[in-house]
This record gives sequence, C-alpha cells and structure tokens, in this order.
Amino acid sequence: MSESAHAGQAIVPQARIGRRGRMSRVWRVLRKAPPTAWFGMIVIAIYLIAAVFAPLLAPYPETELVGGAFEPWGEQFILGTDQLGRDMLSRLIYGARNSVGIAFMTTMLSFILGSALGLMAAISRGWVDQVLSRAVDVLMSIPQLIFALVLLSIVGSSIFNLVVIIAVLDSTRVFRLSRSVAQGVVVMDYVEAARLRGEKLPWIMRREILPNIMAPLVAEFGLRFCFVFLTMSALSFLGLGIQPPTADWGSMVRDNAALITYGDVTPLLPAGAIALLTVAMNFVVDWFLHKTSGLRE
Amino acid sequence: MNNAKPSSTRTKGDLLLEIRNLQIEGESDEVWRPIVKGVDFTLKRGEVLGLIGESGAGKSTIGLAAMGYARGGCRISGGSVVFDGIDLLAASEETRRKLRGSRIAYVAQSAAASFNPAHRLIEQTIEAELREGLRTAADAEKDAIELYGRLRLPNPGEIGFRYPHQVSGGQLQRAMTAMAMTCRPDLIIFDEPTTALDVTTQVEVLAAIRDIVEQFHTAAIYITHDLAVVAQMADRIKVLRYGKQVEEAPTREMLTNPREDYTKSLWSVRKLGKQEQAGGEPILQVKNVTAAYGNTVRVLSNVTVTVPRGRTVAVVGESGSGKSTLARVITGLLPPIEGQIIFNGEALPPALKERSSDTLRRIQMIYQMPDTALNPRQTVYEVIGRPIEFYRGLTGAKKEARIVELLKLIEMDESYVDRLPSELSGGQKQRICIARALAAEPELIICDEVTSALDQIVQEGILQLLMRLQRELNVSYLFITHDIATVRAISDEIVVMFQGRVVQQGPKTQVLSPPHPPYTELLLSSVPEMDPDWLTNLLARRKVTPEAMKAGDR
Repeated sequence: MSESAHAGQAIVPQARIGRRGRMSRVWRVLRKAPPTAWFGMIVIAIYLIAAVFAPLLAPYPETELVGGAFEPWGEQFILGTDQLGRDMLSRLIYGARNSVGIAFMTTMLSFILGSALGLMAAISRGWVDQVLSRAVDVLMSIPQLIFALVLLSIVGSSIFNLVVIIAVLDSTRVFRLSRSVAQGVVVMDYVEAARLRGEKLPWIMRREILPNIMAPLVAEFGLRFCFVFLTMSALSFLGLGIQPPTADWGSMVRDNAALITYGDVTPLLPAGAIALLTVAMNFVVDWFLHKTSGLRE
Repeated sequence: MNNAKPSSTRTKGDLLLEIRNLQIEGESDEVWRPIVKGVDFTLKRGEVLGLIGESGAGKSTIGLAAMGYARGGCRISGGSVVFDGIDLLAASEETRRKLRGSRIAYVAQSAAASFNPAHRLIEQTIEAELREGLRTAADAEKDAIELYGRLRLPNPGEIGFRYPHQVSGGQLQRAMTAMAMTCRPDLIIFDEPTTALDVTTQVEVLAAIRDIVEQFHTAAIYITHDLAVVAQMADRIKVLRYGKQVEEAPTREMLTNPREDYTKSLWSVRKLGKQEQAGGEPILQVKNVTAAYGNTVRVLSNVTVTVPRGRTVAVVGESGSGKSTLARVITGLLPPIEGQIIFNGEALPPALKERSSDTLRRIQMIYQMPDTALNPRQTVYEVIGRPIEFYRGLTGAKKEARIVELLKLIEMDESYVDRLPSELSGGQKQRICIARALAAEPELIICDEVTSALDQIVQEGILQLLMRLQRELNVSYLFITHDIATVRAISDEIVVMFQGRVVQQGPKTQVLSPPHPPYTELLLSSVPEMDPDWLTNLLARRKVTPEAMKAGDR
C-alpha cells in the first residue's frame, strides 16, 4: 500500500509538468500565428464578449421602443433607431447573442449528430454504413435552404424547430467528413488492439478514433458555423427564422432595408456584422488547417 | 550466370563522382538541423560503393545528394558534389535535370509506389530515353525487352505490356532497374532495392542487379541496412551513423577486420542465440484450420500448429504464406471455415465477439509497426493503464503503481508516463507495446514481425527483453517472422509455412539442420550470409530458379 502511494507521488508532479508543457506549447504556436489569424481571433473574441455581456454593454433594452422610427445617428442613439423606434446599437449587440448563440448551438448539435453517426458507419461498415450513407445521400440531394423552408412552414417556426431542422440538414456534411477521415484511422493496429481487448463501440469511438480526427473536425466546425449562420440569417431575412421581437441580424437587415433607398447605411450594419464574423472565422480556420495538415506554401 | 565473378575482380575506371565535405540540413518546426555532417567519398567508373547504417544515419539523403537533389524539407548547405567534372551543386537546375535519368539513375525502395499504376511497364521504362530523344520508340522498346531478358524477367517480350499491379514485387523491382538502365547511365543509386522483398525473391533481384551493373560497367551506390546484402554487392563499404562516416574499407577487409566499435557491434548482432528447450503441455493447439477472406480466397488450408506452455514457436514464411492470417484466426478476428482453436484444453469460440473478457486477456498481441500500434493521442500512462483498468479493475494509486512496475519490467522508468508515442524512439515504442500486452497478464503473446521495423541493434534489445520476460513470467510466444536470424535467436520450435499450408514443424535444431523439405531448403539457403562469395556460390549451386521451384511446388 505504502509502495503504491509512493508511486502515486512520483507520477503526480510529472502529470503537472506535462500539462504546463502543453500550455506553453499552445502559446508558442499562437505567437507564430499570422496577422490574419490574429485578426480573426480578435474579432471572434469581441463577438463573444458582446454576446456574453450584451445586457451590460447595450445602452437600451433589446425590444423596448425608446424613440421615434428611423431616427438618424446622433448623440442619443449612436446608430439611430429602427422602423419601430428601437435602438439600433442595442439590437446589434443583442443580435450577436441571439444569432451567434443559436448558430453555435445548431452547429454543435449537427456535429454531435453527424460525427457520432459518421464514426459508427466507419467502424461498423457493412449494412449500418450502407443505410446511414444512403440516407445522407437522400438528404443531401435536396437543396438545403428550400428543404428547410418547406419543413419550417410545415412544423412552424420556433427556435427549437429551427435549431433541430438546420442541425439535421447540416449534419449530413459532418457525417461525410467524419466517416471518411475515420475510415483511415479504423484500419490502424491500435484500433484492432482495442477491439481485441474487448472494448465496446462507444469507447473505440470516443477514445481511439475521435482524438485522431479532431483536427479536421475542428476546422470543419468553423466553416460549418459560418454556413449555419448564413442559413439562419437567410431564413430570418425570408421571415421564417428567428421571430420578432427577438433581435436578429438577418431580420434586422430585412426590416430596415427601406432605408437604403434614402442613402442610409444603417441596414448594412447587421449585414456587415455577419460578413465580418464569416471572414474572421475563415481566417482562423485557414490558419488552423494549415497548421495541422503540415502544408507548406 | 557464369560471368558472375567475385566482386573484387571488377575493373575500375577513372574518377566519376567526387563528394567532398557534404553537409545537408533538414527542417523541423522551422529550425534547420544538420542531417549529414561532412561526408566525403569518391567513386570510380564501374565501382560499387555500399552505404550502410541504421535508419536516420543519412544514407538515403546522401544517395539523393549524389544526384544534386535534396528532398522536400532538406537543403544541401555545404560541400561539393562533382559528377564527371560537373559541379552538380553549382550547375543550373536544367543541367541537373538533363543528367538525371540519362547519366545518373535512381532505383527506389518501393517499386510498387514508384510506378504509375495507369501506364504499362514498358511505357514507363522507355520514358526517359524518349524524352531525351536518344532513340525512337521502336528501338527503345526493343532495347527494353532485351534488358528485361538480361534481368531474367519471365517472358521478357510480353511482361512490359502489363500494368504494374499485374506483376509481382520482385519483378517490379527488376523492371525498375531496367528503367534505370535504358539510358546506360554512368551511375545508378540503389536505395534499399530489396528491403521490401522476401528472401527468396531478394536473391533473384540481387543477382540480376549485380550482373547488369557488371555487364554495362556501371558505377553504383548501393544503400542498405543489411550487411549481408551489401557484402554481396559492393566493392567498398562505408558505414554511416548520425550523418557522419564511421569507417570505410574494401568489402573483404571490412568484413574480416572492422576497426570501429560501432561497426563491430553491427557485425555481432546476428550472433544472438538461445538454447532450445523441449516442449511441455500445449497451451494452444490450432487444429486443421482452414480460413478464407470472403468465400473465394483461401488463405489457410488445414493448418495444425501447437504451442507448448512457456516456449516460443516461430512461424516462418514469405509474405502471402498465411502467417498473419493465422494470427487473425487465433485472436478471433477472422473466424475459420473449418477447424478448432484449443486454448488451455478448451475449444475457443471462433469469433471475437463470443469470447469472454478473460479469454481475451489471456491472448495478447504485439504488432509489427509500433507507430500504428500505439494511438498517437494517448500517453504511455493511458496505453498501459487501460488494460490494467479494463481487465483487473484497478484505478488510482494501485493502477499507477502497476504501471510503474510494468515500465520497470520493460527497462524503462516512470519518467515516461506522460510521453506521447511521438516523443519515443522506435525501440521504446515497441517496448510500450510489450508493456501493454503484459499489463493484461497474458499466457500467450502473439508477436507479429515485432522486430522487422526496427534497426538491428534495437532488434537485439527487444529480443533479449522478450526472452527475459519468458524466463521470468513463463509466458508463451507465437512468433511470426520472415527473418531466419530472429528465428535462430529466440525460438524453441519452428513452423514453416508456404502458401497457406504448414510445410514443416518441429524443434529448432531439427528444422534448421538437413535434410530439409524442398521449400525449407530454398528458404534457408536464400538468407544472405556475411560472406562476399555467398551469392556467387549459391547461384552456382542452384539449378532451378526459386520462381520455377515454387511454381512446381504449388
């Protein structure tokens, strides 16, 4: 007993050193990141801060009518007000929380679903793989936005329905990616060794395969997040996405679109916010892919 | 075959290649580190120089530098490479490109990976000639067919019109040599041309390469890690280590009288041996097993093998003989069509899923490539800890104590627990694989070519470890290998397999001493020996080619 305690002591400090080593390694990698990646990371960080601290940052509440309709930019309302007289800046900030938050949840769900099924298909092969892959082919053969529109008009547009429908439609691409990268890992001897040990499917998926396909999945997460975000905004713009009075960038563009004709750039602000996030995300993903794939220019 | 004179009688011409103070750097993590640290050598026309050393010694890098080439991530940072009066490092890329293929040729280790699968062999063979405009297509084809004949490829007139996947590995390697020969280069670089081949095939390829190099009076650099092979091929041998020269001498002198300690250690590895012990009660019996992939390709037919407790049974045979399939059948990954696996006197369920966790624990496996056998994302702690937790339910401090104990058993210590496989050397990785198998406290370990991916000195350490573990833990080994030296070193009994059947089984001394069945004879006689005249003598003794013999035995 005393011997094992002694051994335990010997290991614990080692483990701590290992962890610190990993932290400093991450920092070393970050320091060498190109300016584009830094730009991307900073922009994403600002968005996250805006989303998390929206109630503190926003000068006015999200849905309250605080002035006249379409007030111009000024002292009181920095970016003016919208068609109902709600403060534009506050809605932009709350919009970050709603649009980004919901898109993030959706992407998360689609990844959990897609990668779990993809790994299962890659490991089981045979009929499981056939059934899942063909089902995914069917889903992918229907244009995503139109399919989502049809489904939403059938079941009605609530946030829950929106998240589930887009997550399921988007998980098809995650399924394909995770299945194909996992197929390369499944044939490795260490997976066979785990199988010979008698490990069950969830353990093999989670511990043997998932860590080895994390890099492409994380990169894909960034890209899919952008697409989900754009799909959501498109749906909002068409009136089937996030419903009023919740602030959402897509519907904000639509609601204030009329101002464009008077030469006011206000409706472009939420559109710009969407574009900026997409660009930032892509910068980070590009760098990450470059880093993990070991590509040289 | 009669013109195969001993290598030392070859006539040498004037100076062809001169390499002075060659320095090459390789990049990792944006830092340039030296790989080759000042190597010199010269080569005369018609001379063969053997470059030998462990992996990472810089052999291949030097071989490529002799063409003025550095592969991606490497750069030649100093020294000079002068080929027939042309300074290759100062010359323009255009000049170098013109020389390559026509005056300097290269034969790679893996012919299968070097041929374009979409084109016929002959098109690829004559490509360089046509590009240089040396000959018309018709002439070039005629010449290629003649070369195929000289390299003793079967049906030289037709074989060129096949695709790469339609010929065997040994034939492909010879076709690649023909490709290198078409322009009658002054210098050929052979980079481990026979390493991926079976021993019986290797003999053919070695003989063909040696003859043709001699006939055309071509100079060659022959890169290999196998001493016995280089002894057959080279006039001079240069031993490399860590990118530096250890020593250089004419072949016979080097073999009889190596000066440096490192060279001596390379020479002595093959002398490892084990006293054979008679078998006791059987722990594993494979009885009349027949197995197939799908329903058509029969890989094992009526195989019977017995492993006595606490002993080592070596299964030898060439690739395709069914050795690894036998392991898959025993472990339950491939249920047999017929026959039984009896373990500790009980018949095992044929499929993996039907076996109990305790049965799985008793039979463990160690793989050929430690790189793919260890999950790159799991630390040593996780790799060894998992079976302890899984089979014995130990956690926390008890698990840690057991891990440390196992690490000591494989001659490593607890400072390794947090390492990832990428932070370990090849030999250390294989030791961790052994520890993972031991963690299950098995009775039988199946070792599938466990040393063939390792350098010779590391191999010796692993084999000694395995033998010590057997003495201490009384574990039994089923040792799958194609290397006869390894078999001599560790086995008690030998099973010889050929095309899915057991040709011979018996105690080591009995199998290794004559008289042999024809296939065992062929296999044993094909193992290169450290005698520069071995190949010459063997070819003179053999009347039929191994290919013909194997076809007859089918």
